[in-house]
Amino acid sequence: MKSFDYARAADRADATAQAANSATFIAGGTNLLDLMKLEVMTPDRLVDINRLDLSEISATDDGGLRIGALVTNSDCAADKRIRSDYPLLSRAILAGASGQLRNKATTGGNLCQRTRCYYFYDTAMPCNKRDPGSGCQAMNGFNRIHAILGASDACIATYPGDMAVAMTALDSQIEIENSAGEIRLVPIQEFHLLPGDHPEKDNILEPGDLITAVILPPPVDGKQIYQKVRDRASYAFALCSVAAIVKMDGDTIASAALAFGGLAHKPWRDKTVEKLLVGQQPSAELFGQAADQLLEEAQGYGSNDFKIPLTRRVLISVLKEATQAGAAA
Amino acid sequence: MTAHQKMDKPDTRNRLDDMRQGLVGKPMDRPDGPLKVSGQATYAHEWDIPDMVYGVLVRATISKGRVTDVESDRILADEAVHAVITDDRLLRRPAQGGANEAPPQGSKQVDYFGQPIALVVADTFEQARHAANILPISYETEGNAAFDPEAADTETDTPEDDQLDQGDLDQAMRDAAFTVDQVYHTPGHNSAAMEPHCAIASWEGDKLTLRGSYQMLNFNINELADALHISPDNIRMLSPYVGGGFGSKLGLSPEAVAAAIAAKDIGRPVCVALSRQQVFEATMRRSETRQHVRLACGEDGILTGLGHECLVSNLPGEEFYEPVTQATHFLYGGENRKLGIEVARLNRTCGGSVRAPGEAVGMQVLENAMDELAEAAGIDPVELRKRNIPEQHPEKDIPYSSRRFTEALDEGAKLFGWDKRNRKPGATREGDWLIGHGMAGAARINVLSEAKAKVTLLADGSAVVETDMTDIGTGTYAILTQIACDMLGLPADKVETRLGDTDFPAGPGSGGSWGASSSGSAVFLACEEIRKQLADKLGSKEADLTLADGKAGTGDKARPFAEILDGKEISAIGHIEPGKTMEDWQQATYGSYFAEVAVNAVTGETRVKRMLGVFGAGRILNEKTATSQCYGGMIWGIGSALTEELAFDNRDGHIVNHDLAEYHIPVNLDVPQIEVVLLKERDEFASPIQAKGIGELGICGAAAAVTNAIYNATAIRVRDYPATLDKLLVGLPDE
Amino acid sequence: METTELVINGKTHELRADSRVTLLDALRNHLELTGTKKGCDHGQCGACTVIVEGRRINSCLTLACMHDGDEITTIEGIGQPDNLSALQSAFVAHDGFQCGYCTPGQICSATAMIEEAKAGWPSFVSDDLEGPEELSNEEISERMSGNLCRCAAYPNIVNAIRQAAGEQS
Repeated sequence: MKSFDYARAADRADATAQAANSATFIAGGTNLLDLMKLEVMTPDRLVDINRLDLSEISATDDGGLRIGALVTNSDCAADKRIRSDYPLLSRAILAGASGQLRNKATTGGNLCQRTRCYYFYDTAMPCNKRDPGSGCQAMNGFNRIHAILGASDACIATYPGDMAVAMTALDSQIEIENSAGEIRLVPIQEFHLLPGDHPEKDNILEPGDLITAVILPPPVDGKQIYQKVRDRASYAFALCSVAAIVKMDGDTIASAALAFGGLAHKPWRDKTVEKLLVGQQPSAELFGQAADQLLEEAQGYGSNDFKIPLTRRVLISVLKEATQAGAAA
Repeated sequence: MTAHQKMDKPDTRNRLDDMRQGLVGKPMDRPDGPLKVSGQATYAHEWDIPDMVYGVLVRATISKGRVTDVESDRILADEAVHAVITDDRLLRRPAQGGANEAPPQGSKQVDYFGQPIALVVADTFEQARHAANILPISYETEGNAAFDPEAADTETDTPEDDQLDQGDLDQAMRDAAFTVDQVYHTPGHNSAAMEPHCAIASWEGDKLTLRGSYQMLNFNINELADALHISPDNIRMLSPYVGGGFGSKLGLSPEAVAAAIAAKDIGRPVCVALSRQQVFEATMRRSETRQHVRLACGEDGILTGLGHECLVSNLPGEEFYEPVTQATHFLYGGENRKLGIEVARLNRTCGGSVRAPGEAVGMQVLENAMDELAEAAGIDPVELRKRNIPEQHPEKDIPYSSRRFTEALDEGAKLFGWDKRNRKPGATREGDWLIGHGMAGAARINVLSEAKAKVTLLADGSAVVETDMTDIGTGTYAILTQIACDMLGLPADKVETRLGDTDFPAGPGSGGSWGASSSGSAVFLACEEIRKQLADKLGSKEADLTLADGKAGTGDKARPFAEILDGKEISAIGHIEPGKTMEDWQQATYGSYFAEVAVNAVTGETRVKRMLGVFGAGRILNEKTATSQCYGGMIWGIGSALTEELAFDNRDGHIVNHDLAEYHIPVNLDVPQIEVVLLKERDEFASPIQAKGIGELGICGAAAAVTNAIYNATAIRVRDYPATLDKLLVGLPDE
Repeated sequence: METTELVINGKTHELRADSRVTLLDALRNHLELTGTKKGCDHGQCGACTVIVEGRRINSCLTLACMHDGDEITTIEGIGQPDNLSALQSAFVAHDGFQCGYCTPGQICSATAMIEEAKAGWPSFVSDDLEGPEELSNEEISERMSGNLCRCAAYPNIVNAIRQAAGEQS
């Protein structure tokens, strides 16, 4: 770990001002310190935002919830309103990491979690995300955990988290404050970036930008499912996960929101898949078409080829469960 | 006084059965328990040494070649950095278990990616870690490195004394009613003991004290002395508590020599701990294996032929190779046999012992093949195994020592409800889950190792046991205490066992499952000698002594030891040596595993729902710690079956998943409430205490029970371990 | 250099150290509290688990200087050999460890986990997000999956925790 200056932010303005001046925020630190120890990340200055007043979950005027950026994963998953109105989010968070990590990891920090790509984590390896222009070793290497959707010639890394996948299906928005004190809302689908030619950039945050909250829209009807597939029963990253909110109207699908984890550089959402389902009666054929649509451009890189048939099977299974007669909300 | 016994003939006295104190075999709590659960046991990194500084090893980032320049000046400019050690004595590879001499030294030559090539020493851990990370190194790369064991141009050799060609296996295969002819693969494994390797070196003049985390101090001290070119008389090693070993701490590893050199150079104690990533890269790996198994049997299922031909790998020059066929030689009959091992020479992390070298992966595959043969022959898998248990060793004209294989199979089948299973593969479904049952046999060679221990009956009537033997979680503190208690007639709180100090008599070290029977025998012999001296004082015969609760004699005549000793203490050294019973009898431990799995019909994820192990390992010295050892082995089997795999990048041989996030050892939720049954057994050929090893038996075939159950659940044979979901997806029912 | 006040097991310690020092290394290398273990240093094993402000966390993934004024409980504060907590005693009785290296982390983790369950927190394996009625074997296993044990004492760990949790409720 490289030496750094440490400062505790006095308030949000102080925090964003320091960050605009090249400091890096530290909140839970569960990913940042992990990467700093390996010198994958080498900030010169850390600004500790843990004592800012961003740890509340509160109701919004329109009936949604505002989850402060410093709400821990544990508190978010255990919150009564989230458990009853957004069970998908509780389930997704509880499927991730461990009890200890969830106690420290924060809502804002988790959105910024970096990839688990083995080559990104090893500074002896070329990596375009860590060292732009150095090359991608994963592409022709061991890539079991890598992307099958939306990858580029520069990078095939995945976003590893669970929480953001559920938030994506929930149409959440991210509240960001910059050093000028301006607050903007960004739909979560626009927050994470695809790697393209600049895999070093995970998301749209600019220097000085502080995530202050995640806004959940008012609760929606429908069955909520989070299914995560991984290499051991617990405490492992998703090979594939599906967050689904499906509402039935009699025997037809009234609405569907589907987001996928472990497949791409960002929580993946493909509205053409959802469109294909809406207004239709559930059937094996329909679900197969949905999977075809989702995976039309999927590409494996060797050790992750299995993710394509796996995702297909999991999606179909989740859709079956979500559209079963009598499926409760 | 030294009491010596060479195990040249069976010891049928079963003396421990007659001792009145009656602690041996009982599920006694570990005496070290209260210290461990309160964080007070002192592991390698945890000694309070004044003036200590920290060293961090630097890794090679090429796979083969030479270090041409280490730009030490670039980091020595920082006054917190004390030294950059590139001494020719640094270890290039860890020592193999029992090496007793230094492994290859001189870190300018690079044999594998991740090899330690320098040590950076600084005031604090944080300073040393950063300086080590930025230290500029230049290399000259050699282009002819080999990374793939099965590549056509990879050099291989065949260890002469591990090739057997008996009868005509090809003919037996042609003549057989039923055959299996399959190739299986098992991946590399890492021991992943929870405590990373660590050493603290401090010198007083020419005397070195090295506090470390090692399994076999009796050998490690000589390895360290040889590496440093000093006499072992000038070294004291201390490992009273070892946070797991599983083979990775058998031989001396690079941090010890680096710490010792650095401490001498800068004149201050130096602490060097490996990072978790370094544990993966710079200690030992279990070799991956390719195993070609051929089985031939008649209509009756009796084997007529058995082939087990294996490819493993190691670095050039290493004598150790994964002894995959170790149990195959004696477990089942079949007169036509072809067993062999070929070693591919690769530039990968050093291959060495990982829990139960040989059987851990060999039995796992042999027991898969037996399951396939049972299926082919239409014979129950339990029955097939029982029919093939030979009377005499199938390759040598020697008998077996005590062998509880049949009983383990029968008892396991009964307790598990084996007869209730659905024999038809892929035919039981509960919701999204496919249910299956599988079983496998267990076998592991038994070894007695030379060991000494000193026992002192103190004047106050309490006793002390001392040996440089270690307790790596195996329960040494408990079982040596129990043996001394019974032999001397003392309650547990009157015996203190002291371990892990080379100033004590040389024990056998913890490895190969020999620790308990060997060091236990040494303690037993020392206690026999003390009993003799007590008997002399009492004017009676040793055999007639009745010792219990700190007194000699019974009833009103019982006299407290303190009174008998009259202010003096009695001490004796017990010394056990292996002898003819190890050559003239095939000694091994046996068992059976039964598993129920659920395989997700959608995702291919496997969960072990139930697992039973039944084991016969001679006298059980402590039911509680022995059971825990079996749990451990079986859970390693679950990991080996389902999740554990060292992933190598075949472009440079580096271990891609070199941490605990991506090398998946089982977590708590992967493991059900496992059941372990220990059979009553006394093996008079094994040791004077009739005990055999149990630390590794639990893994030797366990994974096969799981994958055989996966076959029963899904009708899919996974012959390429681990059985991760991707290998099952293709064969699962359509979505 | 940072100066940080840490309230550990009820006692205030003033730590003056490099900002890079993690809470784990502060305990082990600066404050002579070596009961807390380092197994991976990256939040992948749980051996370093301590309880900060009532919550179990991985002390390897947090900086000491971030905890100025925080109340921290380590294994040394849970019980000593002659005065073990009920959970520590249960670990001894059930042989919930072998080498003992992951054990302080397991015990700190379980101590806080039992409180999480009492507070009604659900887990990944809870059928109902309203939280489980009791700590079943499966609930304990899932909630303890952030604490690796390579000796694989898992069945005994579960039994020890179930006993201690049962005695508390």
